[in-house]
Amino acid sequence: MRIKKYSGLLIALLLLAIPLIAQSNYVYGLFIVVGLYTIIVQGLGILMGYAGQVSFGHAAFFGLGGYTAAILTTRFSWSPLPALLAAVFLPAVIAAVIGRQTLKLRELYLALATLGFGILVSIVFAEGGELTGGPSGISGIPHFQIGSLSFDSDGSFFLLIWLLVVMLMIGIKNLIHSRTGRALCAIRESEYAAENAGIDCSRLKLQAFIFSALLAGMAGGLYAFYVSFISPSPFSFHASVQFVLMAVIGGLGTFWGPLIGAMVVVLLSEVLKEVIPLIIPNAGGEYQIIIYGMILVILMIYQPQGLSSLRNRISLRGLK
Amino acid sequence: MLLQLDGVTKHFGGIAAVRNVGFEADEGKVLALIGPNGAGKTTLFNLITGALEPDQGVIALKGQTIKGLKPFQLAAGGVTRTFQNLQIFNSMTVLENVMAGAYLRGKKGFLRSLFSYHGWCKEEKMIREKSLVLLEETGLAETAGRPASTLPFGQKRLVEIARALASDPCLLLLDEPAAGLNSEESAVLTNYINKLRDRGTTMILIEHDMETVMNAADKIIVLNFGEVIAQGTPAEIQAHPEVIKAYLGEDEKIA
Repeated sequence: MRIKKYSGLLIALLLLAIPLIAQSNYVYGLFIVVGLYTIIVQGLGILMGYAGQVSFGHAAFFGLGGYTAAILTTRFSWSPLPALLAAVFLPAVIAAVIGRQTLKLRELYLALATLGFGILVSIVFAEGGELTGGPSGISGIPHFQIGSLSFDSDGSFFLLIWLLVVMLMIGIKNLIHSRTGRALCAIRESEYAAENAGIDCSRLKLQAFIFSALLAGMAGGLYAFYVSFISPSPFSFHASVQFVLMAVIGGLGTFWGPLIGAMVVVLLSEVLKEVIPLIIPNAGGEYQIIIYGMILVILMIYQPQGLSSLRNRISLRGLK
Repeated sequence: MLLQLDGVTKHFGGIAAVRNVGFEADEGKVLALIGPNGAGKTTLFNLITGALEPDQGVIALKGQTIKGLKPFQLAAGGVTRTFQNLQIFNSMTVLENVMAGAYLRGKKGFLRSLFSYHGWCKEEKMIREKSLVLLEETGLAETAGRPASTLPFGQKRLVEIARALASDPCLLLLDEPAAGLNSEESAVLTNYINKLRDRGTTMILIEHDMETVMNAADKIIVLNFGEVIAQGTPAEIQAHPEVIKAYLGEDEKIA
């Protein structure tokens, strides 16, 4: 029993040891991306898996964070730490403003509203002229640093990201085992009954929305510092779909789901990029996309509750 | 007097679902609402819990109007209900259902929940213990760890009642708690309702099962086409000619 209880943690630690052993910038890079996506999908997981509200616009918050950090450091020469804080704060404020209206919508209508918001924001990035650099984006973003501590190598940035992921996951664990976590689940299951238990559903949904936007913004800011260059393309509608995909593939309403989802989706496309040319010598990129799509469809057919339910089929609230 | 309705009217389109309804629910008593389907009983529950607003009339809780209050605010004021068509939190365990019902007993908001380590949380422990006591009382203790969706229908009804009680309500509204229960299950339920009454919980009960109503209620309100056609003690209602006519057709007596 005890081993089963900690098996998730053990597997996660073993996986994290891989880049430290490999010491290659490519592997660090992959895990940094997985870490950044995990941060976003953790927030999205609270919104979708717990509160039951779908968003197809989270790439916009991711992008808002990225552009905020990029603009403040390159155009206004802020130092990275306050710029990152702004990259967290601004998406949260925007989420608070739009969430008040959009969260009154339900299910498909909410998905459509967030989708529209996402498209709107990506147009702003592309057409922002001087400020956003238009389609060619912003380059020359400095490395992240806190005081004299600079995260200029991939190894140190990897450690920073995963430190944040671990801290976030402890917070999420606290949240889902709290009165607030139960209230979020209650909203997902029945808003009528939740209201009658004294839960202010619209307020709590808004808080979950702000929380998820804030995390996406943080990931965006960190992403900008990591790649030192941003353009509109990583923040398009396609990215929003990817985030939802990661949340669903990993398993909605589960503790390990977001981490597993981010890891599988990122690593799967990397693996396919390596493996498919070996199997089909003249294959172009489209083969990768087709096979990638097929694998995801098969996963959803045979594991509709997400991959994390492989270990724990009954409990929908994560590890007990 | 805990709850007072005066001249309450609610229209849906052109149809009056509830028309000029007035009654009072006294503290510590069980009030039963009876009447044929479509008489406006559940609409009254929706009005009392703030899910709907009356077009006319006043609903007062402890002497204060509830106008403009939402269901979650009324829940904080002590009004809670169960649902005729069950609204169980299906994917949560039975214990979690009841613990979610105890939401109002805790204080931690979103941020504080994030930052306080879950294993050490006193509030969490308190809520868990109180919920376990309720499960014990309703005879659900053995099912505590099971997903609520796996319970048989009768036990789901009890989960709803335990969940509603978890918030320590001063007024509990039960919408057809015995519907769909077999006679054994409904006896357990009647028993529990009586136990709650003895403890001083004020209840309003919508019920079709006359045996449950006559055994549990202190006062009965009879509704027909949205209007109160009679109110009184069970004995008075049984003898009331209007009721017999509306409810059972003529030439019959209520059991």
